[in-house]
Amino acid sequence: MTGPAIAPAYAGVDELRRVARELLESGEVRVIIGWEDARRGARPVFITDPAEADKLIFDTRCVHNLVTYLDPRRDHVSELGRIGLVVKGCDAKAVAGLLRESQLSRDHVVLIGMRCGGVLEEGELPEPLALTPENVAPRCYGCDNREPTLTDHLLGEPQPEPPRPVMTIDERVAALDDLPLEERWAFWTEQFSKCVRCYACRQVCPLCICERCIVEKTQPLWIESAAHPRGNFSWNLTRAIHLAGRCVDCGECERFCPVGIPLSLLNRKLQQIVHDRYGYTASDDPENAAPIGDYRLDDQQEFIK
Amino acid sequence: MNSQHSDTFEPRITAFVCNWCTYTGADLAGTSRLHMASNVRIIRLPCTGRIDPLFIVKAFERGADGVIVSGCHPADCHYTSGNYHARRRFAVFHDIMQFLGVDPRRMTFSWVSASEGAKWKDVVNETVANIRELGPYEAYRALAPDAVEPWPEAVDGLTPAGDQEPAAKEVAS
Repeated sequence: MTGPAIAPAYAGVDELRRVARELLESGEVRVIIGWEDARRGARPVFITDPAEADKLIFDTRCVHNLVTYLDPRRDHVSELGRIGLVVKGCDAKAVAGLLRESQLSRDHVVLIGMRCGGVLEEGELPEPLALTPENVAPRCYGCDNREPTLTDHLLGEPQPEPPRPVMTIDERVAALDDLPLEERWAFWTEQFSKCVRCYACRQVCPLCICERCIVEKTQPLWIESAAHPRGNFSWNLTRAIHLAGRCVDCGECERFCPVGIPLSLLNRKLQQIVHDRYGYTASDDPENAAPIGDYRLDDQQEFIK
Repeated sequence: MNSQHSDTFEPRITAFVCNWCTYTGADLAGTSRLHMASNVRIIRLPCTGRIDPLFIVKAFERGADGVIVSGCHPADCHYTSGNYHARRRFAVFHDIMQFLGVDPRRMTFSWVSASEGAKWKDVVNETVANIRELGPYEAYRALAPDAVEPWPEAVDGLTPAGDQEPAAKEVAS
Protein backbone atom coordinates (compact mmCIF):
# COMPACT_ATOMS: atom_id res chain seq x y z
CA MET A 1 0.00 0.00 0.00
CA THR A 2 1.41 3.36 -0.96
CA GLY A 3 1.06 6.49 1.16
CA PRO A 4 -0.88 9.57 0.09
CA ALA A 5 0.36 11.33 -3.03
CA ILE A 6 2.10 14.68 -3.08
CA ALA A 7 -0.41 17.49 -3.58
CA PRO A 8 -0.34 19.19 -6.99
CA ALA A 9 1.54 22.48 -6.88
CA TYR A 10 -0.61 25.39 -5.72
CA ALA A 11 -1.12 27.66 -8.70
CA GLY A 12 -1.19 30.92 -6.77
CA VAL A 13 2.29 30.78 -5.26
CA ASP A 14 3.98 32.84 -8.00
CA GLU A 15 1.29 35.46 -7.65
CA LEU A 16 1.75 35.44 -3.86
CA ARG A 17 5.49 36.07 -4.23
CA ARG A 18 4.89 38.83 -6.78
CA VAL A 19 2.30 40.60 -4.59
CA ALA A 20 4.53 40.29 -1.53
CA ARG A 21 7.53 41.68 -3.42
CA GLU A 22 5.52 44.62 -4.75
CA LEU A 23 4.07 45.44 -1.34
CA LEU A 24 7.55 45.50 0.20
CA GLU A 25 9.18 47.38 -2.69
CA SER A 26 6.52 50.07 -2.72
CA GLY A 27 6.85 50.48 1.04
CA GLU A 28 3.16 49.78 1.46
CA VAL A 29 4.05 47.26 4.15
CA ARG A 30 7.21 46.85 6.24
CA VAL A 31 6.91 43.13 6.76
CA ILE A 32 5.16 40.19 5.13
CA ILE A 33 4.13 37.36 7.43
CA GLY A 34 3.59 34.11 5.56
CA TRP A 35 4.90 30.57 5.37
CA GLU A 36 8.23 29.22 4.18
CA ASP A 37 9.57 25.74 3.53
CA ALA A 38 11.87 24.41 6.23
CA ARG A 39 13.42 21.12 7.19
CA ARG A 40 10.41 20.12 9.26
CA GLY A 41 7.77 21.40 6.87
CA ALA A 42 6.05 24.72 6.50
CA ARG A 43 6.70 27.31 9.19
CA PRO A 44 5.86 30.98 9.71
CA VAL A 45 8.29 33.48 8.23
CA PHE A 46 8.71 37.25 8.55
CA ILE A 47 10.02 38.84 5.34
CA THR A 48 11.25 42.42 5.23
CA ASP A 49 13.56 42.23 2.21
CA PRO A 50 11.74 42.17 -1.19
CA ALA A 51 14.49 39.87 -2.51
CA GLU A 52 13.39 37.22 -0.05
CA ALA A 53 9.76 37.18 -1.18
CA ASP A 54 10.50 34.01 -3.16
CA LYS A 55 10.75 32.15 0.14
CA LEU A 56 6.99 32.29 0.47
CA ILE A 57 5.00 29.12 -0.09
CA PHE A 58 1.39 28.06 0.16
CA ASP A 59 0.32 24.43 0.27
CA THR A 60 -1.53 21.90 2.42
CA ARG A 61 1.12 22.17 5.15
CA CYS A 62 0.29 25.81 5.87
CA VAL A 63 -1.74 24.93 8.95
CA HIS A 64 -0.64 27.82 11.19
CA ASN A 65 -3.00 30.69 11.90
CA LEU A 66 -0.66 33.64 11.46
CA VAL A 67 -3.25 36.06 12.84
CA THR A 68 -1.86 35.27 16.26
CA TYR A 69 0.95 37.72 15.35
CA LEU A 70 -1.66 40.51 15.14
CA ASP A 71 -2.84 39.80 18.68
CA PRO A 72 -2.50 43.05 20.66
CA ARG A 73 -0.45 41.14 23.26
CA ARG A 74 2.29 41.02 20.64
CA ASP A 75 2.92 44.72 20.27
CA HIS A 76 6.53 44.00 19.30
CA VAL A 77 5.09 42.70 16.02
CA SER A 78 2.88 45.71 15.36
CA GLU A 79 5.89 47.94 16.11
CA LEU A 80 7.55 46.56 12.98
CA GLY A 81 5.20 48.76 10.97
CA ARG A 82 2.39 48.01 8.57
CA ILE A 83 2.00 44.26 8.14
CA GLY A 84 1.19 42.22 5.06
CA LEU A 85 -0.39 39.01 6.30
CA VAL A 86 -1.09 35.86 4.31
CA VAL A 87 -4.42 34.36 5.41
CA LYS A 88 -6.62 31.37 4.74
CA GLY A 89 -10.38 31.65 5.17
CA CYS A 90 -10.34 30.55 8.82
CA ASP A 91 -7.53 33.00 9.55
CA ALA A 92 -9.54 35.83 7.97
CA LYS A 93 -12.32 35.08 10.46
CA ALA A 94 -9.82 35.64 13.27
CA VAL A 95 -8.84 39.01 11.73
CA ALA A 96 -12.55 39.88 11.69
CA GLY A 97 -12.71 38.88 15.36
CA LEU A 98 -9.92 41.33 16.24
CA LEU A 99 -11.53 44.10 14.17
CA ARG A 100 -14.94 43.43 15.76
CA GLU A 101 -13.44 43.90 19.21
CA SER A 102 -11.43 46.99 18.20
CA GLN A 103 -8.16 45.19 18.84
CA LEU A 104 -6.75 45.96 15.42
CA SER A 105 -6.83 48.86 13.01
CA ARG A 106 -7.74 47.72 9.51
CA ASP A 107 -5.24 50.24 8.11
CA HIS A 108 -2.43 48.51 9.91
CA VAL A 109 -2.65 45.32 7.91
CA VAL A 110 -2.79 44.31 4.25
CA LEU A 111 -4.49 40.96 3.94
CA ILE A 112 -3.37 38.56 1.24
CA GLY A 113 -6.09 35.92 1.11
CA MET A 114 -5.43 32.48 -0.35
CA ARG A 115 -8.18 30.37 -1.86
CA CYS A 116 -7.97 27.28 0.31
CA GLY A 117 -8.88 23.65 -0.26
CA GLY A 118 -8.12 22.54 3.27
CA VAL A 119 -4.93 21.75 5.11
CA LEU A 120 -3.28 18.74 6.70
CA GLU A 121 -3.87 17.93 10.32
CA GLU A 122 -0.12 17.90 10.87
CA GLY A 123 2.00 20.33 8.84
CA GLU A 124 5.47 19.11 9.79
CA LEU A 125 6.17 17.18 6.61
CA PRO A 126 8.93 17.52 4.03
CA GLU A 127 6.44 17.50 1.15
CA PRO A 128 2.87 18.81 0.89
CA LEU A 129 0.68 15.74 0.81
CA ALA A 130 -2.61 15.51 -1.04
CA LEU A 131 -5.51 15.56 1.40
CA THR A 132 -7.14 12.25 2.27
CA PRO A 133 -9.82 11.38 4.87
CA GLU A 134 -6.97 10.17 7.10
CA ASN A 135 -4.69 13.19 7.00
CA VAL A 136 -7.02 16.18 6.49
CA ALA A 137 -7.54 18.59 9.39
CA PRO A 138 -11.06 17.59 10.53
CA ARG A 139 -12.11 21.21 10.95
CA CYS A 140 -11.65 21.81 7.21
CA TYR A 141 -14.60 19.59 6.37
CA GLY A 142 -17.64 21.75 5.65
CA CYS A 143 -15.60 25.00 5.73
CA ASP A 144 -17.77 27.93 4.70
CA ASN A 145 -14.96 30.39 4.03
CA ARG A 146 -12.59 28.80 1.54
CA GLU A 147 -12.55 32.08 -0.38
CA PRO A 148 -12.04 34.76 2.25
CA THR A 149 -13.83 38.03 1.56
CA LEU A 150 -12.03 40.16 4.14
CA THR A 151 -8.91 40.58 1.99
CA ASP A 152 -7.03 43.16 -0.02
CA HIS A 153 -5.68 40.59 -2.48
CA LEU A 154 -7.36 37.27 -3.18
CA LEU A 155 -4.99 34.82 -4.84
CA GLY A 156 -4.95 31.28 -6.19
CA GLU A 157 -7.28 29.14 -8.23
CA PRO A 158 -10.60 27.99 -6.78
CA GLN A 159 -9.79 24.84 -4.83
CA PRO A 160 -11.72 21.57 -4.54
CA GLU A 161 -13.61 20.87 -1.35
CA PRO A 162 -11.58 19.17 1.37
CA PRO A 163 -12.35 15.45 1.82
CA ARG A 164 -14.60 14.21 4.58
CA PRO A 165 -12.44 13.05 7.50
CA VAL A 166 -12.82 9.52 8.85
CA MET A 167 -14.82 10.99 11.72
CA THR A 168 -16.00 14.60 11.61
CA ILE A 169 -15.81 16.87 14.65
CA ASP A 170 -19.59 17.09 14.70
CA GLU A 171 -19.84 13.30 14.82
CA ARG A 172 -17.39 13.16 17.70
CA VAL A 173 -19.32 15.84 19.58
CA ALA A 174 -22.57 13.97 18.94
CA ALA A 175 -21.02 10.73 20.20
CA LEU A 176 -20.08 12.49 23.44
CA ASP A 177 -23.51 14.06 23.70
CA ASP A 178 -25.05 10.58 23.53
CA LEU A 179 -23.11 9.39 26.59
CA PRO A 180 -24.68 9.60 30.04
CA LEU A 181 -23.58 12.56 32.19
CA GLU A 182 -21.27 10.48 34.39
CA GLU A 183 -19.38 9.13 31.40
CA ARG A 184 -18.99 12.59 29.89
CA TRP A 185 -17.66 13.80 33.22
CA ALA A 186 -15.24 10.88 33.34
CA PHE A 187 -14.12 11.56 29.76
CA TRP A 188 -13.44 15.25 30.29
CA THR A 189 -11.87 15.01 33.72
CA GLU A 190 -9.52 12.37 32.36
CA GLN A 191 -8.64 14.57 29.39
CA PHE A 192 -8.13 17.64 31.57
CA SER A 193 -6.05 15.68 34.07
CA LYS A 194 -3.40 15.43 31.35
CA CYS A 195 -3.08 19.21 31.20
CA VAL A 196 0.35 20.48 32.24
CA ARG A 197 -0.82 24.11 32.31
CA CYS A 198 1.71 25.28 29.77
CA TYR A 199 -0.96 27.66 28.38
CA ALA A 200 0.15 26.96 24.82
CA CYS A 201 -3.55 26.92 23.89
CA ARG A 202 -3.83 30.49 25.11
CA GLN A 203 -0.54 31.72 23.70
CA VAL A 204 -1.28 30.51 20.19
CA CYS A 205 -4.91 31.64 20.12
CA PRO A 206 -5.35 34.72 17.93
CA LEU A 207 -8.36 35.78 20.02
CA CYS A 208 -7.00 35.27 23.55
CA ILE A 209 -6.27 38.96 23.75
CA CYS A 210 -6.29 39.80 27.46
CA GLU A 211 -3.15 41.57 28.52
CA ARG A 212 -3.44 39.87 31.87
CA CYS A 213 -5.12 36.49 31.83
CA ILE A 214 -7.49 35.56 34.67
CA VAL A 215 -5.36 32.50 35.34
CA GLU A 216 -2.47 34.76 36.30
CA LYS A 217 -4.51 36.68 38.85
CA THR A 218 -3.46 35.30 42.17
CA GLN A 219 -4.91 37.87 44.59
CA PRO A 220 -7.50 36.46 44.85
CA LEU A 221 -6.62 33.21 43.18
CA TRP A 222 -9.42 32.48 40.73
CA ILE A 223 -7.97 29.48 38.97
CA GLU A 224 -5.56 27.25 40.83
CA SER A 225 -2.26 27.33 39.00
CA ALA A 226 -1.00 23.87 39.97
CA ALA A 227 -1.54 21.20 37.34
CA HIS A 228 -4.01 19.07 39.26
CA PRO A 229 -7.45 17.95 38.10
CA ARG A 230 -9.51 20.60 39.89
CA GLY A 231 -7.55 23.60 38.67
CA ASN A 232 -7.25 22.01 35.25
CA PHE A 233 -11.02 21.66 34.98
CA SER A 234 -11.47 25.28 35.94
CA TRP A 235 -8.81 26.46 33.49
CA ASN A 236 -9.98 24.48 30.49
CA LEU A 237 -13.59 25.43 31.09
CA THR A 238 -12.66 29.10 31.47
CA ARG A 239 -10.52 29.15 28.36
CA ALA A 240 -13.38 27.67 26.39
CA ILE A 241 -16.14 29.94 27.65
CA HIS A 242 -14.02 33.05 27.19
CA LEU A 243 -13.97 32.09 23.51
CA ALA A 244 -17.68 31.27 23.27
CA GLY A 245 -19.02 33.02 20.19
CA ARG A 246 -15.50 34.24 19.38
CA CYS A 247 -13.67 31.06 18.43
CA VAL A 248 -13.12 30.79 14.66
CA ASP A 249 -12.23 27.09 14.72
CA CYS A 250 -8.70 27.51 13.40
CA GLY A 251 -7.74 24.49 15.53
CA GLU A 252 -4.45 25.97 16.74
CA CYS A 253 -5.12 25.34 20.45
CA GLU A 254 -5.57 21.63 19.89
CA ARG A 255 -2.66 21.41 17.48
CA PHE A 256 -0.37 23.11 19.97
CA CYS A 257 -1.55 21.14 23.00
CA PRO A 258 1.46 19.02 23.99
CA VAL A 259 -0.70 16.41 25.74
CA GLY A 260 -3.43 16.08 23.12
CA ILE A 261 -6.55 17.36 24.88
CA PRO A 262 -9.34 17.41 22.25
CA LEU A 263 -10.07 21.11 22.66
CA SER A 264 -11.72 21.26 19.24
CA LEU A 265 -14.62 19.21 20.64
CA LEU A 266 -15.18 21.76 23.37
CA ASN A 267 -14.85 24.66 20.93
CA ARG A 268 -17.20 23.02 18.44
CA LYS A 269 -19.80 22.38 21.12
CA LEU A 270 -19.71 26.07 22.02
CA GLN A 271 -20.11 26.98 18.36
CA GLN A 272 -23.13 24.70 18.20
CA ILE A 273 -24.60 26.27 21.33
CA VAL A 274 -24.29 29.86 20.08
CA HIS A 275 -25.58 28.79 16.70
CA ASP A 276 -28.60 26.94 18.09
CA ARG A 277 -29.46 29.60 20.62
CA TYR A 278 -28.51 32.81 18.83
CA GLY A 279 -28.16 31.84 15.18
CA TYR A 280 -24.52 32.97 15.23
CA THR A 281 -21.82 31.53 13.02
CA ALA A 282 -18.28 32.89 13.00
CA SER A 283 -17.66 34.73 9.75
CA ASP A 284 -15.08 37.11 8.34
CA ASP A 285 -17.51 40.01 8.45
CA PRO A 286 -16.44 42.31 11.32
CA GLU A 287 -19.90 43.94 11.34
CA ASN A 288 -21.52 40.65 12.34
CA ALA A 289 -21.96 41.20 16.12
CA ALA A 290 -20.69 38.41 18.37
CA PRO A 291 -23.40 36.74 20.49
CA ILE A 292 -21.82 37.27 23.92
CA GLY A 293 -21.87 40.95 24.74
CA ASP A 294 -25.00 41.34 22.66
CA TYR A 295 -28.57 40.33 23.53
CA ARG A 296 -32.14 40.27 22.34
CA LEU A 297 -35.16 40.91 24.50
CA ASP A 298 -36.66 37.58 23.44
CA ASP A 299 -33.62 35.35 24.00
CA GLN A 300 -34.41 31.80 25.08
CA GLN A 301 -34.68 31.31 28.82
CA GLU A 302 -36.10 27.81 29.18
CA PHE A 303 -33.38 26.99 31.74
CA ILE A 304 -34.44 29.85 34.06
CA LYS A 305 -37.14 29.34 36.66
CA MET B 1 -27.37 9.26 43.32
CA ASN B 2 -30.50 8.23 45.19
CA SER B 3 -32.58 9.15 48.16
CA GLN B 4 -30.41 7.20 50.61
CA HIS B 5 -28.72 10.52 51.42
CA SER B 6 -31.96 12.12 52.52
CA ASP B 7 -31.69 11.30 56.20
CA THR B 8 -28.24 12.56 57.01
CA PHE B 9 -27.14 14.71 54.09
CA GLU B 10 -27.52 18.48 54.38
CA PRO B 11 -26.88 20.07 51.00
CA ARG B 12 -24.55 23.05 50.85
CA ILE B 13 -25.92 25.56 48.43
CA THR B 14 -24.43 28.86 47.38
CA ALA B 15 -26.75 31.50 45.95
CA PHE B 16 -25.43 34.36 43.85
CA VAL B 17 -28.13 37.00 43.78
CA CYS B 18 -28.51 40.52 42.55
CA ASN B 19 -28.82 43.30 45.06
CA TRP B 20 -31.92 44.92 43.62
CA CYS B 21 -34.40 42.11 43.10
CA THR B 22 -33.58 38.70 44.45
CA TYR B 23 -31.69 39.86 47.52
CA THR B 24 -34.60 42.10 48.42
CA GLY B 25 -37.00 39.25 47.59
CA ALA B 26 -35.06 36.94 49.88
CA ASP B 27 -35.15 39.63 52.56
CA LEU B 28 -38.91 39.82 52.11
CA ALA B 29 -39.16 36.05 52.48
CA GLY B 30 -37.30 36.40 55.77
CA THR B 31 -39.29 39.32 57.16
CA SER B 32 -42.48 37.52 56.09
CA ARG B 33 -41.34 34.58 58.26
CA LEU B 34 -41.70 32.16 55.37
CA HIS B 35 -40.48 28.68 56.19
CA MET B 36 -37.71 27.47 53.96
CA ALA B 37 -34.68 25.23 54.03
CA SER B 38 -31.66 26.77 55.70
CA ASN B 39 -29.07 25.22 53.39
CA VAL B 40 -28.52 28.29 51.25
CA ARG B 41 -25.72 30.79 51.76
CA ILE B 42 -26.43 33.99 49.90
CA ILE B 43 -23.76 36.08 48.20
CA ARG B 44 -25.06 39.48 47.18
CA LEU B 45 -23.76 41.12 44.03
CA PRO B 46 -24.75 44.34 42.29
CA CYS B 47 -26.34 42.60 39.32
CA THR B 48 -26.57 39.20 37.63
CA GLY B 49 -24.39 40.80 34.98
CA ARG B 50 -21.67 40.89 37.64
CA ILE B 51 -21.79 37.14 38.16
CA ASP B 52 -18.92 35.50 36.36
CA PRO B 53 -19.48 31.79 35.58
CA LEU B 54 -16.21 31.31 37.40
CA PHE B 55 -18.04 32.15 40.65
CA ILE B 56 -20.07 28.98 40.17
CA VAL B 57 -16.98 26.92 39.47
CA LYS B 58 -15.37 28.40 42.58
CA ALA B 59 -18.40 27.51 44.67
CA PHE B 60 -18.17 23.90 43.53
CA GLU B 61 -14.44 23.95 44.26
CA ARG B 62 -15.11 25.13 47.79
CA GLY B 63 -17.50 22.27 48.39
CA ALA B 64 -20.93 23.50 47.30
CA ASP B 65 -23.34 20.74 46.29
CA GLY B 66 -25.50 23.13 44.33
CA VAL B 67 -25.60 26.72 43.16
CA ILE B 68 -28.43 29.21 42.65
CA VAL B 69 -28.10 32.24 40.40
CA SER B 70 -30.95 34.68 40.62
CA GLY B 71 -31.71 38.23 39.65
CA CYS B 72 -34.23 40.65 38.23
CA HIS B 73 -36.82 39.60 35.70
CA PRO B 74 -36.23 40.71 32.11
CA ALA B 75 -37.02 44.41 31.69
CA ASP B 76 -36.53 44.99 35.44
CA CYS B 77 -32.76 45.31 35.62
CA HIS B 78 -31.59 48.22 37.72
CA TYR B 79 -28.84 48.73 35.15
CA THR B 80 -31.20 48.25 32.19
CA SER B 81 -29.50 45.29 30.52
CA GLY B 82 -27.29 43.43 32.99
CA ASN B 83 -29.71 40.52 33.25
CA TYR B 84 -29.98 40.22 29.46
CA HIS B 85 -26.23 39.86 29.19
CA ALA B 86 -26.26 37.39 32.07
CA ARG B 87 -29.03 35.39 30.41
CA ARG B 88 -26.87 34.74 27.35
CA ARG B 89 -23.76 34.03 29.37
CA PHE B 90 -25.52 31.54 31.63
CA ALA B 91 -27.37 29.87 28.77
CA VAL B 92 -23.99 29.08 27.21
CA PHE B 93 -22.52 28.12 30.56
CA HIS B 94 -25.49 25.90 31.41
CA ASP B 95 -25.15 24.04 28.10
CA ILE B 96 -21.38 23.62 28.14
CA MET B 97 -21.40 22.38 31.75
CA GLN B 98 -23.82 19.66 30.69
CA PHE B 99 -21.47 18.76 27.85
CA LEU B 100 -18.69 18.42 30.43
CA GLY B 101 -20.86 16.12 32.50
CA VAL B 102 -22.20 18.43 35.22
CA ASP B 103 -25.77 17.61 36.17
CA PRO B 104 -27.86 20.69 35.27
CA ARG B 105 -29.91 20.20 38.44
CA ARG B 106 -26.88 21.32 40.43
CA MET B 107 -27.32 24.81 38.98
CA THR B 108 -30.60 26.66 39.43
CA PHE B 109 -31.20 29.86 37.52
CA SER B 110 -34.19 32.01 38.41
CA TRP B 111 -35.75 35.42 38.18
CA VAL B 112 -37.03 36.55 41.57
CA SER B 113 -38.26 40.11 41.99
CA ALA B 114 -38.23 42.16 45.19
CA SER B 115 -41.89 41.33 45.77
CA GLU B 116 -41.54 37.60 45.15
CA GLY B 117 -40.54 36.40 48.62
CA ALA B 118 -42.79 33.39 48.14
CA LYS B 119 -41.13 32.52 44.84
CA TRP B 120 -37.70 32.72 46.49
CA LYS B 121 -38.92 30.28 49.13
CA ASP B 122 -40.04 27.90 46.37
CA VAL B 123 -36.77 28.24 44.47
CA VAL B 124 -34.78 27.48 47.61
CA ASN B 125 -36.94 24.55 48.64
CA GLU B 126 -36.99 23.03 45.17
CA THR B 127 -33.23 23.39 44.82
CA VAL B 128 -32.59 21.86 48.21
CA ALA B 129 -34.94 18.97 47.37
CA ASN B 130 -33.17 18.41 44.04
CA ILE B 131 -29.72 18.44 45.59
CA ARG B 132 -30.91 16.18 48.41
CA GLU B 133 -31.99 13.75 45.71
CA LEU B 134 -28.68 14.02 43.87
CA GLY B 135 -26.59 13.67 46.99
CA PRO B 136 -23.28 15.35 47.84
CA TYR B 137 -21.25 16.50 44.84
CA GLU B 138 -18.62 13.83 45.39
CA ALA B 139 -17.60 13.79 41.73
CA TYR B 140 -16.40 17.40 41.87
CA ARG B 141 -14.73 16.96 45.23
CA ALA B 142 -12.91 13.92 43.89
CA LEU B 143 -10.99 16.27 41.58
CA ALA B 144 -9.03 17.36 44.64
CA PRO B 145 -9.94 15.00 47.48
CA ASP B 146 -7.56 16.55 50.00
CA ALA B 147 -8.09 20.14 49.08
CA VAL B 148 -11.69 20.91 49.99
CA GLU B 149 -11.76 23.78 52.40
CA PRO B 150 -14.07 23.48 55.38
CA TRP B 151 -17.54 24.77 54.82
CA PRO B 152 -18.57 27.22 57.52
CA GLU B 153 -21.02 25.41 59.75
CA ALA B 154 -22.37 28.60 61.18
CA VAL B 155 -22.14 32.06 59.72
CA ASP B 156 -22.70 35.20 61.76
CA GLY B 157 -24.47 33.34 64.51
CA LEU B 158 -26.88 31.52 62.20
CA THR B 159 -27.81 28.08 63.44
CA PRO B 160 -26.02 25.22 61.71
CA ALA B 161 -28.19 23.49 59.14
CA GLY B 162 -28.43 20.32 61.27
CA ASP B 163 -30.48 22.12 63.90
CA GLN B 164 -33.23 22.77 61.40
CA GLU B 165 -34.25 19.16 61.11
CA PRO B 166 -38.06 19.66 61.09
CA ALA B 167 -37.98 22.29 58.36
CA ALA B 168 -35.56 20.23 56.30
CA LYS B 169 -37.80 17.14 56.55
CA GLU B 170 -40.75 19.18 55.38
CA VAL B 171 -38.83 20.22 52.33
CA ALA B 172 -37.71 16.74 51.46
CA SER B 173 -41.22 15.29 51.48
